[in-house]
Amino acid sequence: MGFLQRLGAAALDQFRGWGHAAFFFGELLWAVPASLRRFGLVVAQIYAIGNRSLIIIMTSGLAVGFVLALQMYYALVAYGAAESLGLIVNLALVRELGPVVTALLFAGRAGTSLTAEIGLMKAGEQLSAMEMMAIDPKARVLAPRLIGGIVAMPILAILFSAVGILGAWVVAVKLIGVDSGNFWSIMQTQVDVWRDVGNGILKSVVFGVACTVVALYQGYETQATPEGVAYATTRTVVIASLWVLGMDFILTALMFSTP
Amino acid sequence: MGKRTIETAVGGFVLLGMLGLVFLALQAANLGSVSGRDAYTLTARFDNIGGLKPRAPVRSAGVLVGRVTAISLDLKTFQGVVTMTIEQDYQFPKDSAAKILTSGLLGDQYVGMQPGGDDQNLQPNDTVAQTQSAVVLENLIGQFITGRADSAGTATEGSK
Repeated sequence: MGFLQRLGAAALDQFRGWGHAAFFFGELLWAVPASLRRFGLVVAQIYAIGNRSLIIIMTSGLAVGFVLALQMYYALVAYGAAESLGLIVNLALVRELGPVVTALLFAGRAGTSLTAEIGLMKAGEQLSAMEMMAIDPKARVLAPRLIGGIVAMPILAILFSAVGILGAWVVAVKLIGVDSGNFWSIMQTQVDVWRDVGNGILKSVVFGVACTVVALYQGYETQATPEGVAYATTRTVVIASLWVLGMDFILTALMFSTP
Repeated sequence: MGKRTIETAVGGFVLLGMLGLVFLALQAANLGSVSGRDAYTLTARFDNIGGLKPRAPVRSAGVLVGRVTAISLDLKTFQGVVTMTIEQDYQFPKDSAAKILTSGLLGDQYVGMQPGGDDQNLQPNDTVAQTQSAVVLENLIGQFITGRADSAGTATEGSK
């Protein structure tokens, strides 16, 4: 009997949590049009989320491009297909690594700062103070951050892929000596703008929504203590990363199941 | 930091993103190769299309002239109907033949256009009359084995 009760209570808690998060998401979306009227806030958030993540994203993209090109070369040269290196690096980056790695880095770089900022605002009762002044904190504080995240993520993912391909070009053409013309032309004949690049960008938009909403929710629902904020920040990284990886599989299955 | 500085920085960020997108679309993908120019459609019916896939290249003398856009099955004749988009610059005589060929020994399959000698060119939405199906390895091996069996049979008959 005790076991059944505990199971039931755990399940109900879980469902309540999901419902709570869903209502939070709905209210956040509802607050988006109001926040667009104060566009300065959105611009400031794009700066905080996008511009300041630029260095880590581009460095990671370059490193991934370098390493991918080197490793693929060892595998491909055995089959005399070293010229296809650019194609493989391009598809890997544009379809998968660009959106996914950018989202994981984004959760660590921007998501944590969003959670900590909003968590401390809540701990310092700034959000309650806003409500007292009849200002909706969702429209004033949360929604601009959501839009900032949704705008910044695809741009960051595009730059990640672009820098990665350039990095692969440097390794393949300058270091190894693969023919530059073949490197680009094989890529251009095989990579489709809408199917590959377009779907990759669509993925990164979805991940942008997921990462930002998770970060905002964790910050908004944090326990108003130092431990609570620390715990919420950790949960942001863990939950956002798991969401990204799980959704990536579903999106890949939907987008690329037919060749 | 002033509002103007932030706006400039965000403008630079967005511009960088656009440049990245242009790079991905033009330098690292196929936008601007076939899809951007004027093109016309041809269809061809094959008894067997083998492993031909949509987006496979259409080549003439090895030069890329277009792409396969759609593949379907005609339920009356049970032939594979291949729809191709050919660039406007490339016109073919009316009695040209379409073949399904393989690049390399085990490479991807593509459609090869063998030009004929007619004065008139194929018009948009025409059907290429002469086609040659893909070579299916199993059939080839089957023919080879039956061919050997036949010749072996005639040889023993002849020796009697």
